[in-house]
Amino acid sequence: MRFAVIEDKLVPAPLLTGDVPTFPISSIDHFREKLPLNPNFIPNPDLKNLLTGKQLLPDDVPHSLEELYAHYENGFLIFRKGLILEKKKARCRRCGNSDPRLFASYPCFRCGEKCLYCRKCLMMGRISACTPLISWREEGDGGLVENGRSPQTGRSSGMGPLLQKPSSVSETSHLFESKSAFYESVSSFSKMQPSSSGNQLSVLETQPSASEKGPSKNHLDIGNQPSRSENHPSSEKRASPSQKQPSAPENRLSYSEDKPSGSHDLSPVSLVWDGTLSPGQKAASDKVVEAIAANDELLVWAVCGAGKTEVLFAGIERALKDGKRVCIATPRTDVVLELTPRLKKVFPGIKVASLYGGSEDRHLNAPLTLSTTHQLLRFYKAFDTVILDEVDAFPYTVEEALQHAVRKARKDESAMIYLTATPNRTWQRECRAGKRAYVTIPARYHRHPLPVPRPVWCGNWQKLLGKNKLPANVLKWLNERIAAQKQVLLFVPKIAVLEKILPILRRLHPDIEAVHAEDPDRKEKVHRMRDKKLLMLVTTTILERGVTFPNIDVAVLGAEDRIFTESALVQIAGRAGRSARYPKGDVVFFHYGRTEAMNKARKQILAMNKEAAEKGLIDPEE
Amino acid sequence: MNRICLYCNSEWVPPFSWAVFFTAEVPEYLCPDCKERLERITGKTCGICGRPLEHLDAKYVSGNICYDCVRWEEDPEWKGVLRENRSLYLYNAFLKELISRFKFRGDYALAKAFAEDVKQAVNRLDYDVLAPIPLSGERHYERGFNQSEALLVEAGFKPAPLLERIHGEKQSKKSRTERIRLKQVFRVKKEADVAGKKILLVDDIYTTGSTLRHAAKALKEAGARSVSSFTLARG
Ligand SMILES: [Zn+2]
Ligand SMILES: [Zn+2]
Ligand SMILES: [Zn+2]
Ligand SMILES: [Zn+2]
Repeated sequence: MRFAVIEDKLVPAPLLTGDVPTFPISSIDHFREKLPLNPNFIPNPDLKNLLTGKQLLPDDVPHSLEELYAHYENGFLIFRKGLILEKKKARCRRCGNSDPRLFASYPCFRCGEKCLYCRKCLMMGRISACTPLISWREEGDGGLVENGRSPQTGRSSGMGPLLQKPSSVSETSHLFESKSAFYESVSSFSKMQPSSSGNQLSVLETQPSASEKGPSKNHLDIGNQPSRSENHPSSEKRASPSQKQPSAPENRLSYSEDKPSGSHDLSPVSLVWDGTLSPGQKAASDKVVEAIAANDELLVWAVCGAGKTEVLFAGIERALKDGKRVCIATPRTDVVLELTPRLKKVFPGIKVASLYGGSEDRHLNAPLTLSTTHQLLRFYKAFDTVILDEVDAFPYTVEEALQHAVRKARKDESAMIYLTATPNRTWQRECRAGKRAYVTIPARYHRHPLPVPRPVWCGNWQKLLGKNKLPANVLKWLNERIAAQKQVLLFVPKIAVLEKILPILRRLHPDIEAVHAEDPDRKEKVHRMRDKKLLMLVTTTILERGVTFPNIDVAVLGAEDRIFTESALVQIAGRAGRSARYPKGDVVFFHYGRTEAMNKARKQILAMNKEAAEKGLIDPEE
Repeated sequence: MNRICLYCNSEWVPPFSWAVFFTAEVPEYLCPDCKERLERITGKTCGICGRPLEHLDAKYVSGNICYDCVRWEEDPEWKGVLRENRSLYLYNAFLKELISRFKFRGDYALAKAFAEDVKQAVNRLDYDVLAPIPLSGERHYERGFNQSEALLVEAGFKPAPLLERIHGEKQSKKSRTERIRLKQVFRVKKEADVAGKKILLVDDIYTTGSTLRHAAKALKEAGARSVSSFTLARG
């Protein structure tokens, strides 16, 4: 689509009457993303419900262009550029991508020009230079425009020439643009180390535009968070369904009309869970509650098998009771699918939206949202609390995009909880230097130490594989397990190795299977392993996290490969000794050249065991 | 220099070769792992549709023509309409994913991954004009580009827009006979000059051959000397 700009207002080309020049939205230097609110206009509630807290592409919004435009003209709907084109660089506003290698262009039928598009978030629908992002106006920011209060010109530092250009627009609307632009620049500054909310605030306060935070924030406090002052002791874990808060219904009534229809209804929030937390979990749980109540950031560094989900319950309960919208985001669909029923069970009566590629809840606004990090790209300033699981699960560049998605999905004032068993080096350093708030759960709930991996040199295994042979010590290790009927999870660096090694292993024993990421029978094979119908499962790093088998030994062949990073190796070692009945397991890294990643992984595990022993979280070995 | 795979995003180092010093380097867009998963069509193929005959049961082959093509050729209405089709790769699970990202997700850049192979294959064929199969206006807007045209342009060719769609093109749900019976899917554009020309139609996939034959028929009726086709994949 192309747009004309008339008095700084966008007009989509199909709705133009006269002969006015039109442009792809990204090539327009200046326009108003949001117009003053017209209180006499009655917005379409379906559209409001669809767009609140979201940033969608026109293709995702099944309303006519005329209707969308009417909502824009009356100040309810926001049009933003999908791509920001600066002098030589492009940046995707949805995923934050600015790597020139991840942009491409095509002769575009929609705008008739050579159109740049972002390849990084392509799977969420293509964003190109002619694509607007559509959002609903944020809640609670209406007052400012209506009152016509005009603060000093907001000179943002963020967007460079685009928005600093003096203009004839009313200062009010200019300000709104610079605000969102400013946030963008803050987040692009702090790639990989999302600044704490405190940080953002202090930067903001030095900006003139900070003045507009005042009124809108007040508005929020009055309108939206009446129950903040309520005092719910966080230790109260087993609130029975009958235990209602006396003041709650009133409070809810007073703000429920203000919220999108999917927000809290009148049902009381209560956690129904009768498990107990280990001392390590309890300490972490208390910290999570604190961070959520104070809109802080917190890293929960929990070893594999610590039981991290339970650690979130009290914090989520607290947030929901405060009328906050909570999102748990994880990179993997499997985890969303697994967590959804668990959370529905412990928070009965709370609407839970479960979002992954192809899920039906895509347009459901719920107090509690479980989402893959990818689906988060559709949200915009939607959540008061975001819990991000497995921050480390993807390599650096992807992680960066996901961090961006998370930042966009958070409200300006919000809590951020990161969960991981394996924080990256930077984060580990920040934790040690006291620059990052964190809490560790150094021990598993079953009070046994983590199995410590043994690096073992096995020579040029690839050459031997080429001759259909295995290194002698690897063969010996495998044969011992086969003789003892002990299940083995064997990791290899590549699919090609997997295919090469499987026939060799099957000569040792028939009940051996191999899985990789695109294996359509992956789930079924994992099931057979769990049912002990397989003796050995050979896998690429795809099974490095998530899956648990109760009693296994773990080996890596070719542990020197680049794909086996420190965190991958810690996760792999974390597959062993998971159950209370079999808390031990052998973990061997067979390698042809010891790597730093192997050393660091081993060190990390030893350090966790030491900390756990010091804190009395594991029992002394007999 | 490390490269990044257009499809899987992994980095790889191209193997060192003296050839790069003597010949113009052809950039590789797919990593070796992805490249390996594309299966080039080789060996004996159907003389008309280009389908590999190797794994086809003998009872579905007559001479060097596959049974599907025999049926087309038996129908007087369709006999000789499409001279021959040549396809580059087998439509395996990997290519299916690749093509779906290319055309349904609209990842235009992937056309580059095929450019070199397309260029060489098309150059070996005999034609006067290259004509991509057109999309309907609605579908074209939805995707933002025409995938067949993209394959040609990225391979360095100048496609000629000879055809346009008459109806919409939702046909995947129809049965083969229904599809064959459909009348008039394409028409030759007024300004197009096809008389006496050897035309090479281009599409992304050959599945039943129905789309290509309908396009060929319209062109033949407008006076084309012969119509052949080239597709990236053979389903
Ligand atoms: Zn993007
Ligand atoms: Zn465009
Ligand atoms: Zn690849
Ligand atoms: Zn044939």
